[in-house]
Amino acid sequence: MSGKLKVHVDPDKCQGHARCKALAGELFDLDAYGNAHEKGDGTVPPGLEDKAYLARANCPENAIDVTED
Amino acid sequence: MSDTSFMPEHPPVTDWVHDFDHTDPRWTENPFPIWDELREKCPVVHTRRFQGCYLPTSFEAVRQIAYDTEHFSSRRVIVRDERPEIQKNGAPPITSDPPEHKPAKQLLLPPFTPDAVKKLEPRVRAICNELIDGFIADGACDAADCYAKFIPVRAIAHMLGIPEADAGLFIDWIHRILELSIKDESQLKTAAEEMGAYFIGHIEARKRQPTDDLITTLMNARDKSGAPLDDMHVLGSLRLLLIAGIDTTWSAIGASLWHLAKTPADRHRLVAEPELMPTAVEEFLRAFSPVTMAREVIKETEIQGCPVRPGNMVLLSFPAANRDPAVFPDADKVVLDRKQNPHAAFGLGIHRCIGSNLARMEMTVALEEWLKRIPEFHLDPAHQVKWSQGTVRGPRQLRVIF
Repeated sequence: MSGKLKVHVDPDKCQGHARCKALAGELFDLDAYGNAHEKGDGTVPPGLEDKAYLARANCPENAIDVTED
Repeated sequence: MSDTSFMPEHPPVTDWVHDFDHTDPRWTENPFPIWDELREKCPVVHTRRFQGCYLPTSFEAVRQIAYDTEHFSSRRVIVRDERPEIQKNGAPPITSDPPEHKPAKQLLLPPFTPDAVKKLEPRVRAICNELIDGFIADGACDAADCYAKFIPVRAIAHMLGIPEADAGLFIDWIHRILELSIKDESQLKTAAEEMGAYFIGHIEARKRQPTDDLITTLMNARDKSGAPLDDMHVLGSLRLLLIAGIDTTWSAIGASLWHLAKTPADRHRLVAEPELMPTAVEEFLRAFSPVTMAREVIKETEIQGCPVRPGNMVLLSFPAANRDPAVFPDADKVVLDRKQNPHAAFGLGIHRCIGSNLARMEMTVALEEWLKRIPEFHLDPAHQVKWSQGTVRGPRQLRVIF
């Protein structure tokens, strides 16, 4: 286990509350409608692990997954 | 007609579990203990008032109903004594169900992304300061009636491209549609007619001369088949933006200032640590969520073991859900730096409030500008705080001294 984290936004669950972008703009972005997606392939750079979990904990729709590679 | 003419229909509530009433003075004044009591007894209660209505108070029950568009329709979103006729173009997308909901919502989303509303921020900051200029020398003001009330209405007028000076008209329509109409349906009709005539005028004017504003954007929008929206759809969406975008945020700003006026420790902390503003705004939204929505039951089902039958309305209390201790530890405490706060103040599921990013920006700017210029203030003990009645809760009279 490398312990490298990845984030993923489930597009069917996301309703565009935009909490993840506000809390962890390094990891998430919004489209033209304000719906969220992970940046790149979702890999969490070292040092941003807490932000990944913070974003997950604050998503009202439970749309964010944080997984270990 | 005297006020007592309505008394037989709304006697004071003595049994909240079987006979709740969200227009009861006790609810208006302080609904939180009522919700706590109900949540412990039964996650979904029912009243025969309002021609039959359920009330879920746990986060899980509210979440399930918000996600379930098969059994719960949005064709009626306000619980009233009467059930007015359903209109085809009520106020899309808030009154739309799938499959009509998504295309109607997609049209409105782009102007309300965080980046889009950021462009309005300088104007909102200026509005706040103009308002503060008007009363700061007095050493006292009504923070609801002279400040909070005018910020969202002027911001949305600016966005729509209509005169900010018409703010008083909008405030009057909203008061009649959201508060007076609960017990007097004729208020709904006349206010909606006046509002319709006003906006049709603006739509017609833009047909002659397009402008760079949200009304023109809506008129230029195309549905999937490439056809423009008909005037009635544009009108319905304008009605929604005005109704949903004004007394909601006004209530949230007012409730935040109310809390800060009566809680010196939080006031001092927010002045000393302005970097807490983002979590503080989320916490105010959670603890004092202004908006309760409604659904109409269209198919029999069960929520948390409680049978739910068609013909009844549901008071979808996001404010009660946000006080559920099963999801929010110390739910009755305001914690300015609450780390885990997945609140439902803007709803859950497909009807998430379109204006959430705008509301957050307005709240943040309104509190920042107020605290910069009036860091010390407290409630005026000579005046009572008065709260709105109905489905949007916030202070309507909030006298403070500074």
